[in-house]
Amino acid sequence: MAACSVEELLAKAEQDEAEKLKSITVKKELDLEFDIGNLLASDKNRLESRDFREQKKEDFLRSLARDNTQLLINEIWKQPTERVDEAIVTKLPDTVTPLPREKPPPKPRPPTKWEEFARLKGIQNKKNTNLVWDENAKDWRRRWGYKRAKDDTKEWLIEVPVTADPNEDQFAKRATAKKERVAKNEFNRLKNIARAQKVKLPGVGLTPVAQQCKEDLVRAVSVARTSTASVGRFQDRLPKEKPPKNTGKKRKFEPLIGNFSTEKQKQLDLLNLMNGKKPKLDINKAVDNQIREEKREEAAARYKKGAGKKGRRGNMPGKGGKGKGGQTGKSGGGKGSKFGGQGGKSGGQGGKRRGKLGKH
Amino acid sequence: MRPLTDEETKTMFEKLSKYIGENIKLLVDRPDGSYCFRLHNDRVYYMSEKILKLATHISRDKLVSVGTCFGKFTKTIKFRLHITALDFLAPYAKFKVWLKPGSEQSFLYGNHVLKSGLGRITENTMQYQGVVVYSLTDVPLGFGVAAKCTQECRQVDPMSIVVFHQADVGEFIRNEDTLT
Repeated sequence: MAACSVEELLAKAEQDEAEKLKSITVKKELDLEFDIGNLLASDKNRLESRDFREQKKEDFLRSLARDNTQLLINEIWKQPTERVDEAIVTKLPDTVTPLPREKPPPKPRPPTKWEEFARLKGIQNKKNTNLVWDENAKDWRRRWGYKRAKDDTKEWLIEVPVTADPNEDQFAKRATAKKERVAKNEFNRLKNIARAQKVKLPGVGLTPVAQQCKEDLVRAVSVARTSTASVGRFQDRLPKEKPPKNTGKKRKFEPLIGNFSTEKQKQLDLLNLMNGKKPKLDINKAVDNQIREEKREEAAARYKKGAGKKGRRGNMPGKGGKGKGGQTGKSGGGKGSKFGGQGGKSGGQGGKRRGKLGKH
Repeated sequence: MRPLTDEETKTMFEKLSKYIGENIKLLVDRPDGSYCFRLHNDRVYYMSEKILKLATHISRDKLVSVGTCFGKFTKTIKFRLHITALDFLAPYAKFKVWLKPGSEQSFLYGNHVLKSGLGRITENTMQYQGVVVYSLTDVPLGFGVAAKCTQECRQVDPMSIVVFHQADVGEFIRNEDTLT
């Protein structure tokens, strides 16, 4: 009995184990695709829509999710594991599925002024070796920085150049030159930042140059004078100093509805002034008139010579008919001069027009 | 809206006098009431005093147009005549050009006037004189500038330009959205 029971028990245990094993094995027609790095499993098997409808939807989905999760867990267990403080851990492999990032990629840094210039001129960076041979130290040293090769700050003696002032401190000169270079670099760096962020640069005021020009100085003085709490109202002037020109003047217009009669009178005065300036004798006009008169006289002389066609005389372009006569064209309104070939009719029409224009 | 300054008045009158000469006086000093020029949005409007007083009720940003627009000041403070001024300038025009019917359309599309399209021209017209362009039926069509004086006009070949286009009534359609 006991043996039997033991055998039975063993069999039962075996069966249980098999069942347990069975529960963790899932059959699928197509294998799932795994991306363990992202803990992702994608099931490409077809969904039986009939099953989906016949079974309870919730149960079906739950069992499907359970099976697929089981497969994913199985896959994870295939990874090498280790034990850390009573817990089994595994290191997930690299991800396979590329995921989009949350934030947009950062924009490239806008080029500095020098980079722009270098690109324009096609200047490329040269790679220099970091270490150079220092003849004095008989050693390889860094090209720049602390303990650099050919360090001119460590010189204990500087030769005074022939052209330089003998009393000038050459050490101090180097130090200030260095300081200025550093300051300029910093200034340029800030300018680059400002330009990249499209911030308006503040004026630098007067930059130190050998010879200041007069306009700059005047402007600097006027700016300094008005840079007080009272905008320069109580600022004393130097003796004989002239008040600044073209400053603090506001535009001023006449009122919209003012005195209409004075406005009109002002405009009429202006018109009178404008007309008065015109030259009395317009040379172009005079020459034109002269030419026209000459042509007319010529034509008249030709007709007199011919003296045959009296009938056409009345249609002459002159002003005999109007009785104005005169040497020059006179000022009367518009005098139409006809173009194009409309033949004999043209004369009459021109005359009509003449009369009409005269009214204006 | 504000009255014109002296400078602006001078600039505008100089331009107007190219077309109507001393007849500007008739625009300034009218027997039928008080008329004035006002500047609004860089444009010069010509209106009666009555209209002006009515227009003061409308805020500056809402006011699109008042009276008749004569033209506008460019950014370089030059005055440019608009076609809307034609009604006021045409009756006083000193120098006129009449177009043949065939070339009216070309002018109304914004082209210069060629000698072949020139019907008649006022005598004594000098070069670069402002002229008012008419059709042969005496309908004012626009403004131009004489490219040649009357004497030269007789001699030039038919395809040469005699009047430069300045403004034409076709702009009422072409520039409908910007014309005020």
